[in-house]
Amino acid sequence: MRTSRRARAGQYAALLAYLVFLAFPFLWLVSTAFKPPRELASLHPTWLPRDPTLDNFRQAFDEQPLLRAAANSLVAAVGAALIAVLIATPMAYVMARHRTRLAKAATGWVVVSQAFPFVLVIIPLFLVLKNLRLIDSVGGLVMVYVVWALPFALWMLVGYVRAVPAELEEAAAVDGAGRLRTLVSIIAPLLAPGIVATGLFAFISAWNEFFFALVLLKTPEKQTLPVVLTHFLGAEGVADLGPLAAAAFLATLPSLVVFALIQKRITGGMLAGAVKS
Amino acid sequence: MTLATAGKRSGRPAPGTRGPGRPVDRGAWFLVLPALIPILVLSVGPLLYGIALAFTDAQSGRTEPTQWIGTLNFQDLLYDTLFWDSFRIGLLWAVGVTVPQFLLALGLALLLNEELRLRWLARALAIIPWAMPEVVVGIMWRLVYNPDAGILNETIRDLGLGDGRDWLSGLATALPAVIVVGIWAGMPQTTVVLLAGLQNTPRELHEAAAMDGAGAWRRFRTVTWPALKPVALAVTALNFIWNFNSFALVYVLTSGGPGGRTRLPMLFAYEEAFRYGQFGYAAAMGCVMVAVISVILALQLVGRLRGDGDA
Repeated sequence: MRTSRRARAGQYAALLAYLVFLAFPFLWLVSTAFKPPRELASLHPTWLPRDPTLDNFRQAFDEQPLLRAAANSLVAAVGAALIAVLIATPMAYVMARHRTRLAKAATGWVVVSQAFPFVLVIIPLFLVLKNLRLIDSVGGLVMVYVVWALPFALWMLVGYVRAVPAELEEAAAVDGAGRLRTLVSIIAPLLAPGIVATGLFAFISAWNEFFFALVLLKTPEKQTLPVVLTHFLGAEGVADLGPLAAAAFLATLPSLVVFALIQKRITGGMLAGAVKS
Repeated sequence: MTLATAGKRSGRPAPGTRGPGRPVDRGAWFLVLPALIPILVLSVGPLLYGIALAFTDAQSGRTEPTQWIGTLNFQDLLYDTLFWDSFRIGLLWAVGVTVPQFLLALGLALLLNEELRLRWLARALAIIPWAMPEVVVGIMWRLVYNPDAGILNETIRDLGLGDGRDWLSGLATALPAVIVVGIWAGMPQTTVVLLAGLQNTPRELHEAAAMDGAGAWRRFRTVTWPALKPVALAVTALNFIWNFNSFALVYVLTSGGPGGRTRLPMLFAYEEAFRYGQFGYAAAMGCVMVAVISVILALQLVGRLRGDGDA
């Protein structure tokens, strides 16, 4: 198809505007993280730091227990991701291969759970976890994150399972392999890339999550990174911008790196899960 | 094919297909239970419990037992002007974010569907808002909006458009300012979904329409949009729900201020529950939010069923 030169120029101008809109806040965050206090106080801030410094990072670690918070986040995110894929994969398999009422109900739950206002769930969760003595513990948070990651994990994995030809399983059944055997030695290896991508996505969701962590973790020693980051904000408007930016930048890096690895697979899987068979 | 597989394919097993089919079903339960139990205990259960709480006077840290109070919470809610203010702000926010988000995402998706250079850069940059923790998105935009050290006011000063302002604490600018952040944060996801939808539209039809002399707008309306519509409706509905339920972004940006101008219903209910300990009342708010969302979802579903008969 031919596109006139003028239209092309318009397209490039629009694309450029999008690039600027998407990129500039992040560039500003990075630039602020490397600026010395004198430049941050200047009434004419510049796009790039004139004397880049690492002081903000050092100060950020001094002001808040970032390492401990990162460790808490890591435990919560890795735990949630592992458990979520471990229990979601067999269930997704059943949902993809069987048209039972259970599978239908599960699909319904996946859709409906997207519409829950968290506030309706968080109060009972708070009470339930309190009775189980799992309030204010990273273990309790992991349980919540697992359930919270399940709808998306099931959605993705159902799509991946459907992509595996059922004939493979039938052949295995003819050869006398049991259900579990088929699942473990035939389906799981074929699903492995999808399972890894789903797990990493669950990791990012849990690493980034804020609301549940805010409500469920009260002891400062147990709080996760997003909650600790908000402590930098302090009282109205008196945030120490440099360390704040430095800590925020560091907290984002794991998510960005992991997401860059799985982006293609996630976008593919989201749509695969949506395809009706 | 064995009887077992034949049975499971056709849904409920026919009366005559027992025998070899039974162990398979027990196996299915064994595969489902590890996920089903947490779902029931930590999702379905709490949801029902939450709805029940809305009809009680539950409060945090109270010693006397909780009592059923019927619809008293809802009656109170009806006259709670603060809540309805917050609800109105929530709807403004949800529509104000969802609609521009969709239009901007559609524009970007159409651009990325063309053979342009720098497409890779746009795709790479789109990762940033998508993968970032919401708390960091909020912090980042606070730096942008900062009245003295922020880049927005500096740009305005450079362009000679005045001194700029304190965007997040101005009564008139706070809500638009947080809406811009909401749009930024959700745009990449929507773009990716729409782009995938675009790539499924039949290319031959496009070329045929171009041969017939249809302009870009006509081609979009007659070829692209009909193919894209189901995807567009689905993603818009989901975005609306997510935006209506959003919490962290605005909590970090303004905490609902100034003077409640950005107090989304989620922030309101959060404060009611965990600052004032009014669990029952906050649960009632949650129920109202679910009800509104359900109505919107139902309307959406009806629209979709009308759109494609085979759904």
